[in-house]
Parts: sequence; structure tokens; C-alpha cells
Amino acid sequence: MSATAAQRFLQDAAVKSADLVHRGIILHGLESYDAAHLRGRARFKDWEAARQKCQEIKQEAINHLDRYLLQFEEKVTSRGGHVFWAANAEEACKYVVDLASRCGVRTVVKSKSMVTEEIYLSPALEKAGIKVWETDLGEFIVQLRNEPPYHIVTPAMHLNRRQISELFREKIGADIEGDDPSRLVTAARLWLRRAFFAAEMGISGANFLVADSGVIAISTNEGNGRLCTSVPRIHVAVTGIEKVIPRLEDLAVLWPVLATSGTGQPITTYSTLIGGPRRPGEPDGPEEFHVVLVDNGRSQLLADAEQREVLHCIRCGACLNICPVYRHIGGHTYGTTYPGPIGSVLTPHLSGIREFQHLSYASSLCGACTSVCPVKINLHHHLLYNRRNATTEGGTKFTERIGFRAWRYTMLHPRIYAFAGWLGRAALRVLYGVGLAGSILDPMRMWNRRRSPVPLPSESFRARWRKGLAAK
Amino acid sequence: MPRRVSLFVPCFVDQLLPEVAVDTVKVLRRVGCEVEFPEDQTCCGQPAFNTGYWNDARPCAENFLRVFQNAEVVVCPSGSCPTMVRMFYPELLSSSPLRADAIALGQRTYELSEFLVKVAGVTDVGASFPHTVTYHASCHGLRELQLRDEPVQLLRNVKGLKLMEMARFDECCGFGGTFATKFESISIAMGTSKAENVTATGAEFLTAIDSSCLLHIQGILGRSGAPARTIHLASILAQDEP
Repeated sequence: MSATAAQRFLQDAAVKSADLVHRGIILHGLESYDAAHLRGRARFKDWEAARQKCQEIKQEAINHLDRYLLQFEEKVTSRGGHVFWAANAEEACKYVVDLASRCGVRTVVKSKSMVTEEIYLSPALEKAGIKVWETDLGEFIVQLRNEPPYHIVTPAMHLNRRQISELFREKIGADIEGDDPSRLVTAARLWLRRAFFAAEMGISGANFLVADSGVIAISTNEGNGRLCTSVPRIHVAVTGIEKVIPRLEDLAVLWPVLATSGTGQPITTYSTLIGGPRRPGEPDGPEEFHVVLVDNGRSQLLADAEQREVLHCIRCGACLNICPVYRHIGGHTYGTTYPGPIGSVLTPHLSGIREFQHLSYASSLCGACTSVCPVKINLHHHLLYNRRNATTEGGTKFTERIGFRAWRYTMLHPRIYAFAGWLGRAALRVLYGVGLAGSILDPMRMWNRRRSPVPLPSESFRARWRKGLAAK
Repeated sequence: MPRRVSLFVPCFVDQLLPEVAVDTVKVLRRVGCEVEFPEDQTCCGQPAFNTGYWNDARPCAENFLRVFQNAEVVVCPSGSCPTMVRMFYPELLSSSPLRADAIALGQRTYELSEFLVKVAGVTDVGASFPHTVTYHASCHGLRELQLRDEPVQLLRNVKGLKLMEMARFDECCGFGGTFATKFESISIAMGTSKAENVTATGAEFLTAIDSSCLLHIQGILGRSGAPARTIHLASILAQDEP
């Protein structure tokens, strides 16, 4: 198993990192994000203080998760909503599919939610004969392409207008000339409008669950979230247990920080609070309101004091956007629901360290992710913890283990180290002298194959120090 | 200002790029330091630590603490190796009786430009280098040791040197230790982007505080036939009046 996910990653990474058209699209998108993000941060009087505050809120929430979740449940239930605690993906999907079947649901509209991707909810619904429409424009596009989201905030950022125009012509029979964005949006809007009014169930995620008032907070930019949660007869919000926050007033800082980190906006176009089903006398809203609280490995992470803070994540995508690895290999290469730095940290915990340990190694540990994380998760240090756990639990390569043992022996014996260095350089000089640098015989092959060969001086620094540098 | 400096030479600099360490000695002596080189030093343990082999890294850390225990200050021509000592030794030795020693030693272990500017209070080392130069901010120095201005301050005071700003100068070059070989294709792609940014400045030289980044970028520049060459900050600062 471990070989397949890792091997696939290496193969896809090699292809994508050499794909200059792909890189052009990604860099073009991220350059405008970079500028917006910078402008957005500058709007704060003190961005660092805002980050600090967000970190403290999330820390408080995660440290008292049990209490805040129960408080949230009680409030929702008291207003006639239903809360279901799903230990894993299977339980969560079963609850939603059963509910849909029981209520005779034939069409579901979804607003954007990464947790539903994580638990494969749409395939489960489709298997039960229920049609599912993604209504976030980006999600709609990748759904038509039969692809997972490329990015947790901007799911179709890997495509350009021309590709989307062709897709719409082919898949939804849209009669579009050219690739004018407003025409593309109109085509999607017309198509989705029918879905909104046919659907008996709307499924959303939740950006935050507010404990003290029992409401879910949703940030969207297209208005599709409001339609999904108010037009159909049933609204189901599917969300991770880590999304809970203590107080409504916490949104005063979390909402703008999330929007700024996600897109550079001061606040998203639509910021919605939903607390239950339609009440007597209210003109609209769903008849039923369900919240599915998904654990799916989160409690285990909660029990890990060293890495618990990974649950602080508010899924803004800032770490993906700044990550030079993400920028060069793109979102699909990771082969996981959550790509980029947060995905490389989280996936081994949610889906197994044996199969996904390679992701923790697929980073130069540059720390750019940590520097932008709005809730101050020390992302690149968590990659180091994952790597350590991989060597003790994940079944590392025998040759690597032996290699480091030998390396350690050498480093603990300065004379052997000095001799090995001298001998190694002398041997490589002979090898490179006959033009074999980077060849299969070169122990430095993986370095030298695509870089000019390492220099091989005749004397090390310590030799020169002894020979007179010390005395000067 | 501390007169006596213990030189900490990254193992791969010792073995592959001795000139960088020689130049470091030259610069330190020029600003009035007495330099010692404890010969029992080898590697700080970072390669094993970063790959997850903390049990193999730990004895190296203990060896390092032994070798440098009496040092007044430790200076290293790298941001990465002092990061290992200052930021990661306390973690690696979290349940060791040596943890307090590690924290104390970390506080007096410096990257070269950090030592010169922050400790010695020197921003002009009297060097001359009449060339165009662009600067790459190595990740560990920038984001772990928070060295944003120190290397640039030193470069600005080098006679004849013209500093050219590079696009995305603070983006990782893709070296990343074992990452460079384990994920060769990603590392090369990142390095190629960096090399393109270097070339776009038109500078003759690319400089940085870490030889590892420079070795990687030089390897890619060299392969692509680009004219820019890499040079360690210490080697620029060691250049005398012509």
C-alpha cells in the first residue's frame, strides 16, 4: 500500500513540476492572490495581534472541545434542530443517505464543503440513486470534470477560461461563444438555478460552530450557500468537530481573518448564521435542520498533546498559496482531500502514517506556511514530528535506517569522519575524472544527475586549519 | 564584543566548500576576533533529525554540546546549522539532562551576519567587491532565526558592490536537505524558478548565508549555462581592497 500512494505522488510530481503551462496558470492565479493577501493584511491595525487572538480562541475551543460541542448541541436541539455525532466517514454518510431516502429526496444541492469531500458523501448519495449538484462555481466545474477540488478554497484554480468554456459546451450544452467570464457564470447560474428549485435537500459545510448561541457560521462569495440552506426542505450541515468556537463575538476577528487569509477580502460577500429550522411565522427556511458532527480521526489527534494544535486549522488555504512545493506540483498531485502543507501534516493522522508518510517528507521545511497561518499552527515543525513518527511507526526503508546508523557512527568519531571525507572525495574525483558524475555508478547520482557536480577539493577545511590557518 | 570566537563549520562546508570557512576566519579576524576551531566537531545532527531519525541525531547533539561547552560564542557561516542548535536541540533533548545546556549554548550560537551585526555591532567589515550581486534569503536564517536585514546591511557597506533586488527573494530555492534527492523533480523545479529569478536580475553573483542553497542553485545555473555565479556572503565580506 505504502508504495502505491508514494509512487503515484513521485510520478505525478515529476510530470506536474515539469509542466510549464500548468505552472503558468497557477502562478498567474497566485500572484493576484499574493497582492490581495498583502493588501488585506495591511487593512488590519495589527495583523500579528489578530493572528494571536485567533490562535487563542481556537486553542481555548480545542482544549475544551467536549464542553463547547455539548453546549452547541443543546442550543441547536432546543430550537428544533438535530445533531448527529458521526465517529467516522461511514456513519456520517449513512446518516445523510438514510435521511435522504426516508424523506424521498431525489436531488441534493451542495455548497462548498471539504469535510464532505473527506468522507466521500457525494459518491455515497449517488450510489443511493440521488443526484447531487455542487453549486459553488469552482466545485461545479471540477464536478463536471469528474475531478476532486484542486484547492480547498479555489477548487478550479488550475483551469483557464478557455478550458471552462469548452467544458460547459460539452457537459451542460451551454451555447457560449468565446470565453467571456460573465457569460460562463451566466451559463452555470442558469443550470444551477433549476437544481436549486428541484432539490429537496441542501448540504452545506460550516466554517464555524458557535457554542454559546448554537449557530453555524458560513462564509461564501457566490450566494449559493444561502440558496442551499434556505430553499430546499431539508438542510444538512456536515462539519468537523474541530470547527466549534466558544462565543459569537469571536467571529468579529475570525471572520475577517479567515477572509483575508483565504482571498484577501475584508470579509466574504455572504456571511451567514444559521441556528435551526424555520420557525412558526417565518416566511422561509428549511423544515428540517441537521448538523452532522464528523470525528473521523480528529479525537485521536486531540489526544496527541504534541500535535493537537493542528485541529486549530480554519481551512483558509493560505499555507497552500504560499507553499513553493504546492506552487510547483499543484493540488491534485498530493492525492489527498487536503493538499498542501496542512494536508501533508493532517493526512497521515486522518488516513494513516504508513500510506501517507511520504507527504511529510515532500517539503523543504522552508516554513513559509507557518509564517502565514492565521491561527499560528507551526506547520513545518509538525512535518518534523510526523517524520519522527514515521521512523518509529511507519516502517521506513531498511537501507535508510542502516545508512543513518553508519552516518551516526562516523559523526561520533571525528578521525573516521575526516578519513571518510578524504577517501570519498578522492574516489569521486577519479569517478568524475572519467566523466561518470551523475551516472549509475555515482553515489551522489541523485544530486548530480540534474545539477552540475559537487566540488571535490583536495583538502578539507580542517586539513587547511592544521596546515597553518590556525597559526595566523 | 567577545574577542574569542569558536568557529562551527557545517560538515559539508568542511568537506566540499572549505573556502567558505577560510573566508569566515578571515572576516572574523579582520573585525578583531580571535578564532578557534575545535577539531572534534563533526555534524550537528540535522540530516538525521530532519529525516525523522531523532535517536541517531541525539548523540550528535550531545557531541556538539561537549565540543562547544566552553565556547564564549559559537559562530557559523550558515543559518541552517545554528537553527538546529538553537531551535531544535531543546526539542531533541527534551527529556535529557543536557537540555538546559542546549538552551544556553543555543543562545550563544550565531550565524555569521547575525554575529557581526547584532553581537559585534559591525555593519562595515571593510570589504570591496566591485560587482553586481543579488541576495537570496535562506529559509532557516529568515524564518527561524528572523534574520531579515543583517546580511543585506553588510552587503550594502561593501565597497563597489551593487545590490540588485530579486523577485521572490524569500521563496525557498528547493534545497531542503534530503528533500533535494528524495524529491529530485520538485527540488529541481523550485531551483529552476529560483535560477530564473536570479537571471532576471542580471546580477553577476548570487549570494546567501547558506552554502547548501548556493550549491543547489549553482548546480542548476551551471547546468542551464546561465552566466550568474554563486558566492557565499563570507566570501564577499572577505574580499580585500583590490
